[in-house]
Amino acid sequence: MERISRQDWIAIIVLALLAVLPPLFLSMGQSFWMDLATRLVILAIAASSLNLVLGYGGLVSFGHAAFVGLGAYAVGIPAHHWLYGGMDPIATTNGFVQIGLAVGVCALFALVTGLICLRTRGVYFIMITMAFAQMVYYGIVSIEEYGGDDGLVIDSRSEFPGISLDDPLQLYLLAWASLVVVVVLVRMIVNSRFGMVLKGGKGNEQRMATLGFNIYAYRLVAYVISGAICGYAGALLGNFTTFISPEMMDWGRSGELMFMVILGGAATLAGPILGATVFIVLEEALSSWTVYWHLPFGLFLILVVLYVRGGLTGLLSGKKED
Amino acid sequence: MKYLAQAAVAAGLAGALGVQPALAETAKIGFVTTLTTPAAVIGNDMKNAVDLAMEHLGSKAGDTDLEVIFADDGFAPETGKQATDKLVKQDDVDFVAGYIWSHVLLASRKSVLDAGKFLISANAGPSQMAGKLCDENFFSTSWQNDQTPMAMGEVLNQQGVKSLYIMAPNYAAGKDMVEGVERTYKGEIKGKDLTKWGADAQLDFSAELAKAKASGAEGIFVFYPGAAGGAFIKQYDQAGLSETLPLYSVFTVDAISLPKLQQADFKAVLGSRTTQEWDPTLDNEANKKFVADFKAKYGTYPSYYAAQSYDAIMLIASAIEAVGGDMSNKDGIRAAMKSADYESVRGKYTYGNNNFPIENFYLREVVTDADGTWTTKVVSTVYKDHQDSYAAECPLK
Amino acid sequence: MDVSLLIIQTLNGLQLGLLLFLVASGLTLVFGILDFVNLAHAALYMVGAFICATLTYALGNFIYAVIVSLPITAAVGFVVERFVARPLYARGHLDQVLATFGLILVFETLAHMIWGPAGIAVPLPPALDGQTLLPGAIEIPTFRLVIIGAGLAAAGGLFWLVNYTRLGMLIRAGASNRTMVGALGINIQLLFSLVFALGAALAGLAGMLIAPITEASIGMGNSIIITAFVVIIVGGIGSMKGAFIAALLIGLIDTLGRSFLDDLFGLFMSSDAAENAAPAVSAMLIYIIMAGVLAFRPQGLFPPKVR
Repeated sequence: MERISRQDWIAIIVLALLAVLPPLFLSMGQSFWMDLATRLVILAIAASSLNLVLGYGGLVSFGHAAFVGLGAYAVGIPAHHWLYGGMDPIATTNGFVQIGLAVGVCALFALVTGLICLRTRGVYFIMITMAFAQMVYYGIVSIEEYGGDDGLVIDSRSEFPGISLDDPLQLYLLAWASLVVVVVLVRMIVNSRFGMVLKGGKGNEQRMATLGFNIYAYRLVAYVISGAICGYAGALLGNFTTFISPEMMDWGRSGELMFMVILGGAATLAGPILGATVFIVLEEALSSWTVYWHLPFGLFLILVVLYVRGGLTGLLSGKKED
Repeated sequence: MKYLAQAAVAAGLAGALGVQPALAETAKIGFVTTLTTPAAVIGNDMKNAVDLAMEHLGSKAGDTDLEVIFADDGFAPETGKQATDKLVKQDDVDFVAGYIWSHVLLASRKSVLDAGKFLISANAGPSQMAGKLCDENFFSTSWQNDQTPMAMGEVLNQQGVKSLYIMAPNYAAGKDMVEGVERTYKGEIKGKDLTKWGADAQLDFSAELAKAKASGAEGIFVFYPGAAGGAFIKQYDQAGLSETLPLYSVFTVDAISLPKLQQADFKAVLGSRTTQEWDPTLDNEANKKFVADFKAKYGTYPSYYAAQSYDAIMLIASAIEAVGGDMSNKDGIRAAMKSADYESVRGKYTYGNNNFPIENFYLREVVTDADGTWTTKVVSTVYKDHQDSYAAECPLK
Repeated sequence: MDVSLLIIQTLNGLQLGLLLFLVASGLTLVFGILDFVNLAHAALYMVGAFICATLTYALGNFIYAVIVSLPITAAVGFVVERFVARPLYARGHLDQVLATFGLILVFETLAHMIWGPAGIAVPLPPALDGQTLLPGAIEIPTFRLVIIGAGLAAAGGLFWLVNYTRLGMLIRAGASNRTMVGALGINIQLLFSLVFALGAALAGLAGMLIAPITEASIGMGNSIIITAFVVIIVGGIGSMKGAFIAALLIGLIDTLGRSFLDDLFGLFMSSDAAENAAPAVSAMLIYIIMAGVLAFRPQGLFPPKVR
């Protein structure tokens, strides 16, 4: 394996901490802290997937919450039919089928929308990704069978042989292991030839095109991979909350994912994880302090954007963002 | 990085040590309501009522100390469920009460009931939870959603309204309300609109009101709780419909919207009629004390949200007192709550098999009180000891 | 179909479209000239409504309140430009989106703390209240006509400003080539501040006009800001003409969708399903249109000629 950079070390340390701390919480009887850690790890997966396109590819997607939502509904809808009948071909609680569905649907959605979105540039891209997310949002709202605006309670979690997601520790360990796999996967992708082209396209699209790369195709593949990973995170989130609603796909949620990436440091491996951690802890701490917690939170957001360039990873590794 | 890690450990330990094992003499009540977004206007009214109830009780049920922990549902089911999870897991409350919104209650019910805690709705009454999803540990101090509009349907029949246009927000309670009025109303329904709800709810009803007017209906039935109610009534009046299309509403014209409408001098609302299980003018000792003290303390009339929240705390307190503060005696607490042996501000009521109240429903009219404040008074009793229509679907005895 | 209902709904759609134009025009001005994505435009819309509502009670008349509130809202915009927007001009759109998203949270919470969650109902003077009878026995609330009039007047004023004044010339030049304007020795900083303040006043005006209908309330800006972005994207960023046409288009589609879609759906599905699906699909319509336009014209319908 090639040289392990300082940034990689940060990722390794953070992942190691996440492996140790939450089970410790559980042993102390702090199941709420365990919940928080589970949510954090799942959102870190979603943020990592966004980081792949946003950080490394320079594609500012404002619609990643749609993938999270679609992934969650891919767990909820089959489980709903399994328990209450109808739609036999997809009625199941088999985890492999549900996750396959989540990943497949999200990859397909990313492919179709990516074909259109990637034709646009800059702020048009930001807004068209948001538009597609809004379409999914209203699409789900319009389906009475799955609760519409009221959301859907998942009465049965995904079933896998040998593990039970009803056990908080097992669910957490699955999420954590998934995060490790995703981080390794992202690292492999960005260090590959494919990743070089993707990053090159962020810096200078024209040059990459002159060099003979079809940057559009590269981006499309990256967008599909990102969507699929994010859908997987959604499937985990559905299993964790056992309740899903269109609110998960609100544009504000997409904004939160973006904030996690920027806060932690875009185009760094540890960035999304650090970002998700600080975001979740801060949200929890502030909201239990005052109902007006959006005020300090908003100020924090503004200050981070204005003054913390390169995010937390940039601060920690002492390296400025390129 | 080291510092961050240390901080995280420290925070974790602090969290662990900060929560001491609950003393046996303290009973904890979690109260979930909306404290942010425009709907916080309802949440604040409920919180005020809970604070007043605690004041009246001296924060004690018998010899047991009572503690209430408020949590914000952000007007969204997902956030409400998270808040509920926290109350159950972190604060280890004995009761979770509150819930304005049906969809928030539906999303949160499992978190409370699976943990073996008691769940008390002080407002929302989704049909599912009165029927198939009823639970021995779930109680309501309000109503099942369909009941109030059913009473309104009867009123419409009595007044000979031959055709009706219906408008409601598109969420669990909105659908129940529509179902309720359709259940008893015998005339023709000319049209129906369900509008977007939630933190970015639709508040401009121009298109819907134009349709309602063109439909030729003899009346319009609406359900727009909280801030949306005021907005609807304004537009209803601006569109000049008060003469041609009389307004019959439920949960829309209330102590939440009336002060604002009075401030804007919106006289069209005077004389309009709604149905409800409670009214500030109901003649019983508990209600007189509640209304007088509420007005003295907060300067406004309490809403029915406030009345139901006050009752929820009183119901819980009566049950804790009945078991002498022994919170492990779940059967005792359950039986005590089921007997509804406390001074409810709506007067005496009983619980049905599904733990929803069997209670009266009144027709109320918007009037000006002796001080010139706009409020409501009881016109007549529409239903006596009315039970909801879903009780039969509930497997509980 | 009822013809007079169709006419009324068209007027309602026109009114919504012009309101959208007021919001979108400010957005597209700031965007086109400053290259700045301002989500906090939503907050200025809300601030305008709240200030106007408060002043309506203080001054006793809605019209006076609007006149006084306009410069105040512009001043708020001026301050926002100086302290939040200006440091972000050199940054990417991503940073701008995030910072102004933070700004929305700050403004919303401040409004909650200052004015409470209840919202404020705004009474209209008798002349503007009530209904107006149009030819063909069509009755429409007078104030909706006022909004249509105000929207058209603002559109006309902006058209004049952009095409026939020195400021407008700079604005047009700035929209096509920012660096060049600076190179010509124009006080670019001041021009930017003025444009931002003008945008704020336009958003504020829209908020003031809607307040007597829906009340001034926290969160009122969140639903309109996304729609306004759809408008300027469909119209082409920086194009006033594009914003105007797209705003009317989207206002009409949204209103007509809400009015007639359930009947249309009722033709081929159960009426219950239609009632449920119609509101969501009509909300979805504008996004479908946006995606459709961008699929064929990635720069919107009327992109400014040189960028």
